[in-house]
Amino acid sequence: MSARARATGSPTGVHEASAWQRHHLLDLDELTPTEIEHVLDTAEAMREVLSREVPRVPTLRGVTVVNLFYEPSTRTRASFELAAKALGADVVNIAAEQSSVKKGESLLDTVRTIEALGAQVLVMRHWQSGAPYLVARHTRLHVVNAGDGWHAHPTQALLDIYTLHRHLGDLRGRKVVIVGDIAHSRVARSDAWGLTALGARVVLCGPPTLLPAGLRTDGRGAEEGAALPPVQVETDLSRALADADAVMALRLQRERMEGGLLPSLREYVRLYQVNEERLARARPGALVMHPGPMNEGIEIAPAVARSAQSVIEQQVTNGVAVRMAVLYLLTRGKA
Amino acid sequence: MVSESEFDSAHRRRPSRPSAGGPFAPPAAREHVLMTADDIRRAVHRIAHEIIERNRGVADVVLVGMRTRGVPLARRLADAIRQFEGQEVPVGALDIGLYRDDLPYLGLRPALRPSDIPTGIEGKRVVLVDDVLYTGRSIRAALDALMDFGRPGQVQLAVLVDRGHRELPIRPDYVGRNIPTSRREEVQVRLLEVDGRDEVVIVRPPEEAEHER
Repeated sequence: MSARARATGSPTGVHEASAWQRHHLLDLDELTPTEIEHVLDTAEAMREVLSREVPRVPTLRGVTVVNLFYEPSTRTRASFELAAKALGADVVNIAAEQSSVKKGESLLDTVRTIEALGAQVLVMRHWQSGAPYLVARHTRLHVVNAGDGWHAHPTQALLDIYTLHRHLGDLRGRKVVIVGDIAHSRVARSDAWGLTALGARVVLCGPPTLLPAGLRTDGRGAEEGAALPPVQVETDLSRALADADAVMALRLQRERMEGGLLPSLREYVRLYQVNEERLARARPGALVMHPGPMNEGIEIAPAVARSAQSVIEQQVTNGVAVRMAVLYLLTRGKA
Repeated sequence: MVSESEFDSAHRRRPSRPSAGGPFAPPAAREHVLMTADDIRRAVHRIAHEIIERNRGVADVVLVGMRTRGVPLARRLADAIRQFEGQEVPVGALDIGLYRDDLPYLGLRPALRPSDIPTGIEGKRVVLVDDVLYTGRSIRAALDALMDFGRPGQVQLAVLVDRGHRELPIRPDYVGRNIPTSRREEVQVRLLEVDGRDEVVIVRPPEEAEHER
């Protein structure tokens, strides 16, 4: 108990110390396992709120959350909007294509305008890796990275981890396979950081042309400033899936073919689609995940996407609870 | 019920052990036991009887404990009621973290946990159970939280300790013990289920304990 708490005479005296001190959420590589677990615990309380007949609490009444999206997004934007509204916050959505960004307003000017309008939280998606970091250095707003370029998508990773945690419990020693276009995936990157922090074994699988360069695979600790934590890399999906507790298929972007990174869609499907036959190599009941939106029949077989093992819809529902937890902790969680 | 004089003498007692580290060590906060495990058990049993009496049975009664320590207290009340009346009373758990207005000022932020409200509380006699009643702000938040789960026919309040200093027009219906305190003191309820033992203590800030010597 802090001296300050004692002096104010708390009613019961004994309080669990808050594990949250952060002003922004930019990526999971900076979060400690305790902080990640604190988000998961908080999300559990938010799930209860979402299960109510009227899923709304007054916690963030008077707080304005701005969704600033420089890239099209349906589910992430809607998920943040529902999360903010369930907590009683006001939400303003700005799609950068239609805004004064088109008139040439710079990113920082836009952010300063949002700040001057009285917002407290800025949820931003930007096509440029690192953009939220630049903004965070120049604003007193709480910045939540909702996806920056190929770099990070921390709330997607948190909802993936939360979904895994709800089904598997402790993630230590669990094997999670992420398959697809790893090199261009901010989801894979953030998932790898968060999952390894909690002790899971992460296997990244894909064709060599879609794996990032410079992966550390020797099992040693991550280097300062490394792009990815130590992970296992595998180019053969059947081998990767052996004894897996969960597999996550990533969306295959068609433009990768145009860039010459993939010979053909058919070949990708033949070698890397998550289908029933390959899934049989994983642990019985292994979870099937996808960050969406899915190309059914390409990276994932329709039968697998709709199977009893699929938690893809739960990921979407859990996303709202996790984003509520993040908004709550950033604005109200600090001790 | 403790008399004023008993309370005062308990309060003026010197610490049984000198603080470790000699005269230059920072003074430790002083702690006095106000209720023992037996006192707590008797208070819980008396409140259980009062709940039964006041509601003429427990047919429509639902006990809702406020996290953290109100929950084990509510369970103990339900156990006692089962013992006395042979009837089961539903027990729920309420987390008021999403409804508080005082924490930003106190600088405290206990971890949120899910609320778990049994059956419907619509039209029921809900007895809110908490360990310490102080400013009344937690109860205000609890009432808001409770109403989001339905419209109870009546809400009553049971607390193990009422330490005074209300800031809102809130009064308890059942009180284990009234303990007059100063705002600088802290009342801690410890329960077996959470803290490994049963007792209620009062803690005085180190400055004051020092000043008294």
